[in-house]
Amino acid sequence: MSDVAIRVENLSKRYRIGERERYYALRDVLTRAFRVPFRRCSSGSASTDAPKWIWALKDVSFEVKRGEVVGIIGRNGAGKTTLLKILARITEPTEGYAEVRGRVGSLLEVGTGFHPELTGRENIYLSGAILGMKKAEIDRKFDEIVAFAGVEKFIDTPVKHYSTGMHMRLAFSVAAHLDPEILLVDEVLAVGDLEFQKKCLGKMGDVAKGGRTVLFVSHQMNQIRRLCERVLWVDAGHIRQAGPTHEVVSAYETAMTSGAWAQSVHPEAAQFKARFLRWEIVEPRTDQPNVVATAGPISIRFILRVNQPIHTGVHGLHLFSSEGQTVWGVAIMRLTLESGLYEFLYNLDTLPLRPGAYFWLATFYDGAETLDYCWCPPELIVATPLWTHPQDRWGGLLNIPYRFDIRIINDDYKIH
Amino acid sequence: MLLPWGEAGGERITSRFSGSHACHLGRTVNQTVQSPEIREPSPPHLAVPSSSHHSITPLTVIRPKRGWWDLNLRELWEYRELLYFFVWRDVKVRYKQTLIGAAWAIIQPFMTMVVFSLFFGLLAQIPSNGLPYPVFYYSALLPWMYFAGSLTHATHVMVEHQRVITKVYFPRLILPVAAVLSGLVDFGIAFMILIVMMAFYGIGLTPSVLWLPAFLLLALTTALGVGLWLSALNAIYRDVRYAVPFLVQLWMFASPVAYPGSIVPERWQWLYGLNPMAGVIEGFRWALTGQVHLPSLLPVSVVAVALVLVGGLFYFRKMEGTIADLV
Repeated sequence: MSDVAIRVENLSKRYRIGERERYYALRDVLTRAFRVPFRRCSSGSASTDAPKWIWALKDVSFEVKRGEVVGIIGRNGAGKTTLLKILARITEPTEGYAEVRGRVGSLLEVGTGFHPELTGRENIYLSGAILGMKKAEIDRKFDEIVAFAGVEKFIDTPVKHYSTGMHMRLAFSVAAHLDPEILLVDEVLAVGDLEFQKKCLGKMGDVAKGGRTVLFVSHQMNQIRRLCERVLWVDAGHIRQAGPTHEVVSAYETAMTSGAWAQSVHPEAAQFKARFLRWEIVEPRTDQPNVVATAGPISIRFILRVNQPIHTGVHGLHLFSSEGQTVWGVAIMRLTLESGLYEFLYNLDTLPLRPGAYFWLATFYDGAETLDYCWCPPELIVATPLWTHPQDRWGGLLNIPYRFDIRIINDDYKIH
Repeated sequence: MLLPWGEAGGERITSRFSGSHACHLGRTVNQTVQSPEIREPSPPHLAVPSSSHHSITPLTVIRPKRGWWDLNLRELWEYRELLYFFVWRDVKVRYKQTLIGAAWAIIQPFMTMVVFSLFFGLLAQIPSNGLPYPVFYYSALLPWMYFAGSLTHATHVMVEHQRVITKVYFPRLILPVAAVLSGLVDFGIAFMILIVMMAFYGIGLTPSVLWLPAFLLLALTTALGVGLWLSALNAIYRDVRYAVPFLVQLWMFASPVAYPGSIVPERWQWLYGLNPMAGVIEGFRWALTGQVHLPSLLPVSVVAVALVLVGGLFYFRKMEGTIADLV
């Protein structure tokens, strides 16, 4: 019997524009209340002052069966997190209906409810309770949580004295021992060091194999491929495609590379100051502009749309491995750009990477203001032959193309 | 697409998904109801005996809130451990890294009492119904400071917990409730001093002291009732936080802290009772010393508190569903 763990019908969520960023002052409400009648008298159209609404999610329907691991992909602002938040009951839908069968655990952040003044022990209880564990349950799992985090020695030290890594490990460990029937996970694995990420991913794999129902939001297609059987592609508040992982991810990647990226954002997105629209490999050009089959030279370009003049632009580009390690990173400072469409072209003499999936993080700032922080889909697929040692652990980080020659030199050697 | 990292990247789970057809069997028994928003999905047409594994599976129905009458207090009860942890954390954090720790709970009402006794009492000669000024003022400052502290704390609690609120679900009502409960610890500490003071002035306790918890409950309910309104409003309009210290100050002068409630003429007592703290403070003096008559304004106070609290609960519940979008 395969029954349904999550059923979502025509779920919609409407936000007032800016609602997530800005709160109101009572003053604004009062002035609006006073102004509106007058405006109506003078111009006859009050529509200009009407609040603007956007649908972060519109008529989304799907079903998830018990024990299924489903990935949710889509560009930033597509509505993925909103969907998780509704299912986690953090916020209410505006319309529609959803049924969730089973105890729900949501992991939208690592370290929810941690208090720096409290000790590790105290925080385990506090954070555990906030995430939905009973005290008896925390008592039972306490030792396991501490051991997984590896903080035995510091368990009675306030966490403000912890290093970032320790803090993160403890926080994740609490969350990882949450034992819900349905787990909602939002991109939490994108943090932490390499070893920590591996641990998290391993734990996620266990959860998935343990028959739990998991809904997993991620920008990292390799994680999605590894953990999920099925994928929902959310685009501008709608489900654009749902189906087996490889189909949807391929379609998503194709769309992302063929310029659909730019159209998929909200119409309001025209208000942004500057944003990356896409990236592609220009040289050597193949059918798939995100696949590279050579160690170099390679030319890669990022397309940036600038809507307002930039005076102190800073651009960062970082390449991450599938394990989340920063493989390479550069920063370009002091950019002054007028409005327009720009190509940022990187000519790389060589890119000696091991075959696999990598992803770009392209950032753009104007002074201290973050204009874009973009995990650029699709991932970079390196499909070069493997020139390294056949055993992984002896192969090293890089995949450097080399030639090997051998000749007898015993006579020459004596001469020099 | 062929993935070159397939070998190195670890295990891949092959797709075993095959279309989306729901095999939905209505279950007759064993659906634990987790919240009043939960309903049986459809009348069961097939009686399937549930296995023990599924028997505790709660069903949660998520939909836009329609009813404003649904307070969902049962769910609050289910989260009582979390309530305990929030109170415990508040108390713990409050005195960590303070030099004199819990002495703060005593110093504030005590010093205020000294100043009031000196200026309002000895110099201004405000009547105290025969009580020594220190006892007269301290017995009023005790519930007042508890009330003022709890109200302020409850107002800020939603915004302070913005990160938690936007990341995880629990009944939001827990937060203001925890805020007013955690103030009770300070109250308890400061109360010890009152006992000492009364012994010093030779004021014996009378059976009316048994009413004290009831007046404390009235103070708690007032703080919670008003706090619910203000915490939800503060999440939407940040001006509220600036208004609260001012409100608390005005409220104190409108309450019989610095003067006896009996200076209000008898025919206006019912109106004065609309301020529930008038009932609380007069009630405290009466319960502790037995020397002031039981305030006649009390029934009005109780009704006023009940209205504010019920209104606050419904307003808070109405805002609860979308408060995560606002804070």
